[in-house]
Amino acid sequence: MTFIGKDLKVVGTRPIRPDGVDKVTGRANFGADMTVPGMIWGKIKRSPHAHARILRIDAEKALRLPGVKAVVTAADFPNIAAEEAFAGEAIMDFRDLSRNCMARDKALYDGHAVAAVAASTPAIAEAALELIDVEYEVLPFVIDVEKAMAADAPLLHGELFTQGIEPKPTAPSNIAKRINFTKGDIEKGFREADVVIERRYTTRPVHQGYIEPHACVATVAADGQCSIWSSSQGHFMVRQYCAHLLGIDIANIRAAAAEIGGGFGGKTLIYVEPVALALAKKSGHSVKIVMTREEVFRGTGPAAGSVIEVKLGAKKDGRLTAAEVTLKYQAGAFPGSPVGPGCMCALAMYDVPNANVTGYDVVCNRPKVAAYRAPGAPNASWGVESCLDELALALGLDPLSLREKNAAKDGVKAVHGPTWQNIGYAETLAAAKAHPHWRAPLGAGQGRGIASGFWFNIGGESTASVHVNEDGTVVVATGSPDIGGSRVSMAMMVAEVLGVAVERVRPIVADTSSIGYTFLTGGSRVTFATGMAATEAASRVVDELKKRAAVIWEISPEAVEWRDGMAYPAGQNAGAFEPLPLAEIAFRSARTGGPISAEAAINAQGPGAGFGTHICDVEVDKETGAVKILRYTAIQDVGRAIHPAYVEGQLQGGVTQGVGWALNEEYIYDKDGRLENPGFLDYRIPVASDLPMIDAVLVEVPNPRHPFGVRGVGEVPIIPPTAAVANAIYRAAGVRLRDLPMSPPKVLAAIDEEKG
Amino acid sequence: MPHVVISGDISRRFTGGEREFDVEATTFRRLILELDRRFPGLGRQIEEGMAVAIDGEIFQDAYAAPIGEKSEVYLIPRIGGG
Repeated sequence: MTFIGKDLKVVGTRPIRPDGVDKVTGRANFGADMTVPGMIWGKIKRSPHAHARILRIDAEKALRLPGVKAVVTAADFPNIAAEEAFAGEAIMDFRDLSRNCMARDKALYDGHAVAAVAASTPAIAEAALELIDVEYEVLPFVIDVEKAMAADAPLLHGELFTQGIEPKPTAPSNIAKRINFTKGDIEKGFREADVVIERRYTTRPVHQGYIEPHACVATVAADGQCSIWSSSQGHFMVRQYCAHLLGIDIANIRAAAAEIGGGFGGKTLIYVEPVALALAKKSGHSVKIVMTREEVFRGTGPAAGSVIEVKLGAKKDGRLTAAEVTLKYQAGAFPGSPVGPGCMCALAMYDVPNANVTGYDVVCNRPKVAAYRAPGAPNASWGVESCLDELALALGLDPLSLREKNAAKDGVKAVHGPTWQNIGYAETLAAAKAHPHWRAPLGAGQGRGIASGFWFNIGGESTASVHVNEDGTVVVATGSPDIGGSRVSMAMMVAEVLGVAVERVRPIVADTSSIGYTFLTGGSRVTFATGMAATEAASRVVDELKKRAAVIWEISPEAVEWRDGMAYPAGQNAGAFEPLPLAEIAFRSARTGGPISAEAAINAQGPGAGFGTHICDVEVDKETGAVKILRYTAIQDVGRAIHPAYVEGQLQGGVTQGVGWALNEEYIYDKDGRLENPGFLDYRIPVASDLPMIDAVLVEVPNPRHPFGVRGVGEVPIIPPTAAVANAIYRAAGVRLRDLPMSPPKVLAAIDEEKG
Repeated sequence: MPHVVISGDISRRFTGGEREFDVEATTFRRLILELDRRFPGLGRQIEEGMAVAIDGEIFQDAYAAPIGEKSEVYLIPRIGGG
């Protein structure tokens, strides 16, 4: 079944989102809004040290404080064995996940949880934290990625040996993994080049910038039945990980998805949920934990910081002959940075005959990194897209033409191996070239930059059920938390298939006991994969509606057609019947066989690659180093936009976050390894007044694997902005910034250096 | 017979450095079993940490993904997202 190329009535329109009224009137229930009778409050005690052995934890005084109901430490969690799992964006070990939620033996970063208390009020819980006595042996620490790679660096894990090196190293290291991709003959490629550019670029860890902190309420009943209400990108993920970490049968946990105030990858892991469950079990009360903003910064995962070394070789006409990229990514306290995807994305946009990409996954005394939109790709593309701009300047070529000359197209073999098919990168470049922005005049002190980005997108497991109500209205239930407006997309696809108005379809997010397993919301997979499940379920409902019409008409189901929300006899031979609307069939459903509903549970494949190209104009204040974004155009192959306004919103949001990454955002650590800016006053994300209206241009190259042609859209738009901004700054001020963020002091220092 | 390439070098510890193989398989499941037979432990590594690109299209956790006689098959690191 495909709707690609057909005239559609609902898909492609811009209806009002079903969750909108609750959100703008403050009625929506987020993670911290839940209360249950008898609930008490949990608080987490965190390490003040970047690296320390935990010698003793004494909670006696805290437990004597009136109102304190329970204290938990690692001793209250099973000491589980190493077992790898796919967690959010990378392979993660459940042993590491457990120790990230509650430190065992060692605290590995400033802010690492070491104990937790539950008390009748937040104030008592806070006071009790001060009464928990933790004795530490402070250890040497390492924050910087390259220092962590040094042979004499303080070791975080004595049992960590670098994977990807043969023979297996005999000494432990902070380098968890080395990964390498090669294509062609790299030395020959550089020999053939007329121009070779070699540069080094760096980034700092950045926060996903979700406004709502991690929050949950957990209950453990006397019979062991558990329930969790939390802010996450996947309540099935919460259920699965909590079950694993606490040794609970999955059937004994019911997890529900709260409305979510942003995630962007940062909520693809658990932090507070297993702690709340452990406290609930020990205290006999429901326990609520809400992180403070400081805890979010100190105790949860940012995007990886990195070093990116890029060497590009090209002929005089701009044709790339060779590319060599080395990526060093901070994983934080446990292995699992997104360096693998980073390696694969680094050169994915280009047809490079000879290439060598090497990545290092490096642990250091920072919070374990978490996913952030297109995890790994923004770092790699910051380097490659900046270096490509430097190459264009060296060759005297237009940077867009240079990209066109080398753009990956169908049939080109990617550096990581596969041969591209059904991709739309060249189409985004063509759209950029044709856009008025590309030719608009610039004023003095202004500059224009261009950069591109690629992300794979993913599919995966999703379940959706579609129920026809007695009055002909419809409910579509899925297991995907709605982060980017997916509920309305589900309703629209179902409405299109059923042939009814979208307002007749009510989408909901069902809890883990009410719908089949659904992988978390991430990787830009929900509109693609869960949408595919919803479309399939709706198609099965149509089949059932046709059967019911056939019963009413006493004809064969094969003699019934479904069009525009009504059953029709299929041709003259089927008989002469007035069309039966969905509502009438629903009204008579009891007489024709009972409730009409269908469920589809799938593992969606073929998500379709995403490519984008961005154009950015800036003005640089040469007195202060401040960079102002004057105009920004984001062009992306989106496959098919189900709800164009939300797709445009995804592009605009990704650009905004990318601009923050480019200009201001960074985690700053002091000499003792403590985070100095754990709050939005000192960690500056962009606000509305920092940006112009971002023009989102949707290029639609349909993905043939999806019934409507959908590709994921949420990851790509965060990738190009850092390089697009840097490339624009160079043209505005004549200085090349290679270290993010390009904050005013750095820009000013570069301008002053240029002046001599 | 389909030609299979392990992209990247993370699995060398199982294959003694070999990266390319001809494997008699018509599905991804058969491919995993065959590679694990040749290189014990590689099958689990593929299942838990890798995706497969068959003729340019990426599959994850898809035993039934069909492999043609002349298919280009790349085993690549698994992909997630934010």
